Amino acid sequence: MYSTMAKKPLLEFTDRGIYCSQGKFYIDPWKPVDDAVITHAHADHAYVGHKHYLAHHLSREVLYYRLGEIQLQTVEYGETVMKNGVSISLFPAGHVIGSAQIRVEYKGEVWVVSGDYKTEDDGISTPFEPVQCHHFISECTFGMPVYTWKPQVQIFEDINNWWRSNLHNGLATVLVGYSLGKAQRILQNLDLFNGKVYTHGVIENTNEALRRNGVLLNPTERITQESIKEEVRKGIIIAPPSSVGTPWMRKFQPYSFGYCSGWMAIRGAKRRRAADRGFVLSDHADWDGLISAIDATRCESVYLTHGYTATFARYLSGIGFDAHEVHTLYGGEEEEASLQPSPEERGLEAHEQDNRNANKEVLSFGEDLGEAGGTPS
Amino acid sequence: MKAFAQLFLSLDETNKTNEKVKVLKDYFMAVPDTDKMHMLALFTGRKPKRQINSTLVRNWAIEASNIPAWLFEESYHVVGDLAETMALLMPQTTESSSKTLTEWIAEINNLNNKTEDEKKEWLLSSWAMLDSQERFVFNKLLTGSFRVGVSQNLVIKALADISGLEAAVLTHRIMGSWMPETLQFAQLMEEQDASENISRPYPFFLAYPIQETSEKQKTPAEVGVALGNAADWQAEWKWDGIRAQMIKRGGEIFIWSRGEDLATEKFPELHPFLNALPDGTVIDGEILSFQHGLPMSFNVLQTRIGRKNLSKKILEESPVAVIAYDCLEYNGEDIRAKTQAERRVILEQLQAQTLYPEVFRLSALIKFNTWDELGDIRGQSRAMIAEGIMLKRKSAAYQVGRRRGDWWKWKIDPLSVDAVMIYAQKGHGRRADLYTDYTFAVWDGDKLVPFAKAYSGLTDAEINKVDYFVKRNTIEKFGPVRTVKPELVFEIGFEGINRSSRHKSGIALRFPRILRWRHDKPKEEADTLDSLKALLGDGTE
Repeated sequence: MYSTMAKKPLLEFTDRGIYCSQGKFYIDPWKPVDDAVITHAHADHAYVGHKHYLAHHLSREVLYYRLGEIQLQTVEYGETVMKNGVSISLFPAGHVIGSAQIRVEYKGEVWVVSGDYKTEDDGISTPFEPVQCHHFISECTFGMPVYTWKPQVQIFEDINNWWRSNLHNGLATVLVGYSLGKAQRILQNLDLFNGKVYTHGVIENTNEALRRNGVLLNPTERITQESIKEEVRKGIIIAPPSSVGTPWMRKFQPYSFGYCSGWMAIRGAKRRRAADRGFVLSDHADWDGLISAIDATRCESVYLTHGYTATFARYLSGIGFDAHEVHTLYGGEEEEASLQPSPEERGLEAHEQDNRNANKEVLSFGEDLGEAGGTPS
Repeated sequence: MKAFAQLFLSLDETNKTNEKVKVLKDYFMAVPDTDKMHMLALFTGRKPKRQINSTLVRNWAIEASNIPAWLFEESYHVVGDLAETMALLMPQTTESSSKTLTEWIAEINNLNNKTEDEKKEWLLSSWAMLDSQERFVFNKLLTGSFRVGVSQNLVIKALADISGLEAAVLTHRIMGSWMPETLQFAQLMEEQDASENISRPYPFFLAYPIQETSEKQKTPAEVGVALGNAADWQAEWKWDGIRAQMIKRGGEIFIWSRGEDLATEKFPELHPFLNALPDGTVIDGEILSFQHGLPMSFNVLQTRIGRKNLSKKILEESPVAVIAYDCLEYNGEDIRAKTQAERRVILEQLQAQTLYPEVFRLSALIKFNTWDELGDIRGQSRAMIAEGIMLKRKSAAYQVGRRRGDWWKWKIDPLSVDAVMIYAQKGHGRRADLYTDYTFAVWDGDKLVPFAKAYSGLTDAEINKVDYFVKRNTIEKFGPVRTVKPELVFEIGFEGINRSSRHKSGIALRFPRILRWRHDKPKEEADTLDSLKALLGDGTE
């Protein structure tokens, strides 16, 4: 795709990740490198094994918790870091707490790497900000027009009503969403007049990391051996996808189990999950969100890294964008890769598979592997 | 329509039988009687006639969605359901409609004599006043693709609960041909059945498999443990034809297939014997193609089922006859409560009187003294062009639907072959956006020749793994089909094999399905086309 360009592009796509040869750093690399800039702490973007990490302040504790002892520098949104003459700054991506778009500038040429993002303000992540650039590297997890989200106010009204009706019917309420992002978004939008919020250990660990980072979250109670089952059943339980169908979850029977994910927009995916209720709640931009975000950058070219890349690139080209499909190892909606077949044009080629990739089959993204309550059914 | 759309959504939202029944009852209590009857018709497979062909509906939907046609097609492949794709792609509506299900169906039926322009105008304005869930259900009705994941039994249970009538009685009352426009809910609910519908069939009694899964076969000893004394049971061949109920009442004849399709005109060869039966007779049996007094494989019968017009040639090539195995009504009296043995005597008497013994045949009883002996006889099933053996308790009444206990089918072990997956395609419905439909090949020299497609047999976890493999090992794409690296080997089971000029491999399998994933076998060790063809012969193993 660069054959027509005279000079080497500022950012290029390599088998280790997105690379800036001028600045000698990578963005969200999936193989060990010396210098990594991280958009957010989800496992398909923040891998272990790099010598140096740069990320947003609010990703700090979660990164330490997930990756252990790493050499980490954190910055505020809008702050600039120079690397070999290349200036790097982070802008809010609205995906999860601490998620950032990475703006890279050298000699007046500006590139932005979106990481994962959503355009709706979820009330807890710093809201997405479009950043003008020449080249925009965007995700498109939900880059099909069948994916359009309703405002989260409506979704949470449904969730809170469902919780109330479960209480009325003597059912425990289990709400499933991944541990970094979705869980906190749910927590901050529940109607706490209904009852207390109980959390699976995996989720509470992430909550604690965020609280250490100064994030104010609604009160939660970790479910332990000592938890009194009858009390827990009167509240709401937030659990990770990996707990579905495990003995841990079954001990709260009878329950109604709800699943929060963008994939719930499609009836087939919802039925496959066999959840009692599917709530269409995603931390990724929907079709209209993607198009408006890309448009707002006023970019000359857009590169699509993961999601329905082929379809979306074709559509964007049709409406006048210079759009390209690129291959990366970023996943779809986190923790879903093991359950939900990723969007077909995800674009992992056979030769790109490495050990980490093979692990995706058995290990869920974003889970604290040492503590995961069980394997996904 | 709002109530009906909500019903559909609520049924989707629970996997629990009791809750589904509750949802159904709530619906029945909330809607007018005419809506109840339309719902009942829809939930028992009685769809309104399609008034607009689906290409037009699709084109107008593309127009309403304001996206390019190719993107519509790709969306359809992701969603796996046309009605849902159309509902999702159209812009959110701001209008609303309070029309009932009955009113909507009447409008759909009224399209019959409308011009294309009128249809289009009606459809676009209808879409504009429905929300996306209503639109989904509406599209299903419109395109004649309405299906619901609720068994008729649950609907009957809900009706039985609110009416106090027995489920078996209700099941019988909604059999056969009726129209929601003419049968009234009050009639259905009457204490005594006042209907004089002479065509109405009885609900079929269906057998359970004695072996729970096709992989693990039960030994005769295990069958004995499950069923007890061999002398209490009557055994027959399990014929591989079309299950049918044949009715002679009031001088008229009716032939019903198990799918409750009236198939009287499809089998003219049966009319003389049926017309000659005494009035008030109902016979249950299997329709098969016969030649020289011997049953032919199902394949032969299949070629004439789909035909609109039965040519002389077809009637000569695959003439049908009935193998009768039960009598449900005799002298106008419902005799389903009599024992199997008593009904058998009546059936034999009827058959003895027929002038058409070549067409009205009896399903012979298999003589056996022990389960071991019957196990040996079962081994001859393929030679008999049978699928195995039917076991019926001699003291049993003729029951309603699939019931455990008194009727069992003891099928023969499937034939099987190890094959390599070479193509994959995405599934529909629950399997949308997942590669679940596979084409398998066997070796012909150093080439892999496709010979069968199979969709079922893997667990969800296995499907996810195969899907993962397909997405990462695609060699070529042809529309929705992917050619994948030949690597994965599966054991494919099937019930029968026939020559076929339509297939590249020269053979066609009956009921192919995946028995298991052979992780232990490299592709080189898959079977050959020759080994498959060796199974052709005369149908024996």
